[in-house]
Amino acid sequence: MKRRESLKAIGLTALSTGLLLDACKSEPAQQTEQAAVIEAPTETAGRQAFELERDKKLHAETFFTPHEMATITVLADIIIPKDEHSGSASDAKVPAFIEFIVKDIPEHQLPMRGGLRWLDLQCADRYGHAFVDCPAPQQLEMVTAIAYPAKAKPELKQGVSFFNRMRDLTASGFFTSKIGIADIGYAGNAPNRWTGVPADVLKQYGMENVTV
Amino acid sequence: MSTFEIKKSPTVYDAIIVGSGAGGGMAGYVLAHAGLKVLMLEAGPFFDPAKDAQQLKFPYESPRRGASTVRPFGDFDAAYGGWELEGEPYTTAEGTKFDWFRARMLGGRTNHWGRISLRMGPKDFKSHDIDGLTDDWPITYADVKPFYDKVDRLIGIYGTVEGLENEPDGIFLPPPKPRLNELFIKQGAEKAGVKVIPGRGSVLTEALPGNKDRGACFFCGQCGRSCKVYGDFSASSCLVIPALKTGNLKVLPNAMVREVLTGPNGLATGVSYVDKNNLQEYQVKGKMVILGASAGESARLLLNSVSSQHPGGLANSSGVVGRYLHDSTGASAGGFLPQLMDRKRYNEDGVGSVHIYTPWWLDNKKLDFPRGYHIEYGGGMNMPSYGFGRGIQNLNGLVPGRDGKIKEAGGFGASLKDDYRRFYGTQVGMAGRGTAIARYDNYCEIDKDVVDKYGIPVLKFHYNWTSDEIKQAKHMQETFQSIMHEMGAIVTSKPHGADTNYGLEAPGRIIHEVGTVRMGDDPKKSALNKWCQAHDCKNLFVVDAAPFVQQGDKNATWTILALAMRTSEYILDQRKKLSV
Repeated sequence: MKRRESLKAIGLTALSTGLLLDACKSEPAQQTEQAAVIEAPTETAGRQAFELERDKKLHAETFFTPHEMATITVLADIIIPKDEHSGSASDAKVPAFIEFIVKDIPEHQLPMRGGLRWLDLQCADRYGHAFVDCPAPQQLEMVTAIAYPAKAKPELKQGVSFFNRMRDLTASGFFTSKIGIADIGYAGNAPNRWTGVPADVLKQYGMENVTV
Repeated sequence: MSTFEIKKSPTVYDAIIVGSGAGGGMAGYVLAHAGLKVLMLEAGPFFDPAKDAQQLKFPYESPRRGASTVRPFGDFDAAYGGWELEGEPYTTAEGTKFDWFRARMLGGRTNHWGRISLRMGPKDFKSHDIDGLTDDWPITYADVKPFYDKVDRLIGIYGTVEGLENEPDGIFLPPPKPRLNELFIKQGAEKAGVKVIPGRGSVLTEALPGNKDRGACFFCGQCGRSCKVYGDFSASSCLVIPALKTGNLKVLPNAMVREVLTGPNGLATGVSYVDKNNLQEYQVKGKMVILGASAGESARLLLNSVSSQHPGGLANSSGVVGRYLHDSTGASAGGFLPQLMDRKRYNEDGVGSVHIYTPWWLDNKKLDFPRGYHIEYGGGMNMPSYGFGRGIQNLNGLVPGRDGKIKEAGGFGASLKDDYRRFYGTQVGMAGRGTAIARYDNYCEIDKDVVDKYGIPVLKFHYNWTSDEIKQAKHMQETFQSIMHEMGAIVTSKPHGADTNYGLEAPGRIIHEVGTVRMGDDPKKSALNKWCQAHDCKNLFVVDAAPFVQQGDKNATWTILALAMRTSEYILDQRKKLSV
């Protein structure tokens, strides 16, 4: 699902009161389409049976609600947007990665869920809407208030902690994707013959005469 | 009627080997090639790096992008196991600490180790006279040197001839060239008065002369995943699998050994084990038993092998089994090189062992702690993995942006995305690995209250560092700071003080534990003679790191291999003389 479509689809259900409804409802969470994008590895050689079972079980579970996934998607694309070099976080399926990793590493769950709710309540207080329902300038204003740890107001420190985590997870998900690896320029993981630092690089750093 | 039954095999093997790592693998290799009928029991599954290595996978081929959720060194790491194993606990005495890493698989921990292959030196074998703190080995460097040489030729190691007294040279393949960050390290370390030389690793930087079964390294830097072309040393690929081809070795995977069985004359007759797949109990017979189960497991097996002939456990009339447990010390620091921001991209994966290192270079007479440490270095344009870019808010406010102005730390958007690119490949890390003193009071014993899921009594550890190790870690941190400063790096790792023992890792974390079944000439003070043969039971041998009297600051594997080969050749020699 393209980012725009996903936002549109979720926008139909996530009105500003959506977050409160979400909290009251106990209906089973829906499988989001992003969560299905990461497929279980097809190659099972060298994997222990318990690892394969665990992966299968995690893939079958859903943690985030559609509203939470929509918020994660908007935040991830604010953190890593499309630019002249590469696509956005959601182009690299970062939201689906985050859905998986919080199931895999459960200590992310509470701070992520609580942080998303904190964000919505801040936005509801400031702008009268949940984060995803705010217009882009308000979303950016809110993010700006928590994205710079040293200058954030003391009363927003919990938001800073949440955003640091969200930023880290977004970077992990993006730069470990095909898009992100191409962007960062990692050139390895291929059979080759390592013969040392290229001559032009040695020259650039004045290292021509340094030997070990 | 109970269906419980212990199946007894009538076959009598020439030798039964417990464990398939460096020690067990080498014993199996030598004995099977000499024509002995050998049975090897391994507590984990069969593992062949050619089929099972996760080598050359990209991070997106792991749903957790290589995170260490299931495997402690990351999702692609080769080790099956970790610090905790389901159903196989161990305990630690109150107020002490020991973390025990176990890999249950053919080849054991050699499938994922760092391949750093250092010989112990003359002073490491005879260390008592240095400061009186430790006991001498019953053997000298000269006794072991021929076996180090043979291991070098058999398995392959890169390095350079340096002529250092306590860092003996080997028979080396060419070392990998340094990476860019490592040239900066070399420059900075030299200014800080710290020697840096090429690394020494068991990776085939060129084809191994005379060996057609192993491919040369193709420089993916992923030795920790084990190698599909057998370009590095794993006991699975280089010892056990070749030994199987002789037809003389039989490997029983998923066989958890309970105890060594002995007869009325006190000699070993075989072992009992449980098949982990179906929980069936077995006994197998052998003319001799060779333990290579790891320092911890071999001690556990001996202490659990209680009989009327060996009331305190097998080979333990001295009471030293489990005693003198020691790991290497370890501390580390990390940072980045601002001068490398926006660096040119190219493949610098290199080898998966160290390209450069610092052998111990100082004189203890001028220092406030005994013995020394070596330093391992890393950094560069690594494959991104889970955790990539973590904590960028702690980095991107430290240096000027593209416009020359200091940025506000943290942020988001295109400017942040650009920062990840700018910092990529600038990281440097260094880690010290030092000599910890073998002490009688640091030990493992059988926990009288706890068994594992197979009903086997488990180990209880007692281990505390002393001021000797803590002061060594303090010195490491000072050295790291000095090198980082001289190379123009910005340190980003947490500063350590007395409150954290200067970053000294807990005992066990370096995974170099040795010493629990020590060798010696005096049967009252040692369990094994100088051939790693039990004083109390002449057809019992130990070939892992348990026989070590005192580890140097050298990683243990190369010495395990040399000693295991030496013991195996002794066994062949003794068989000729009909005494075993």
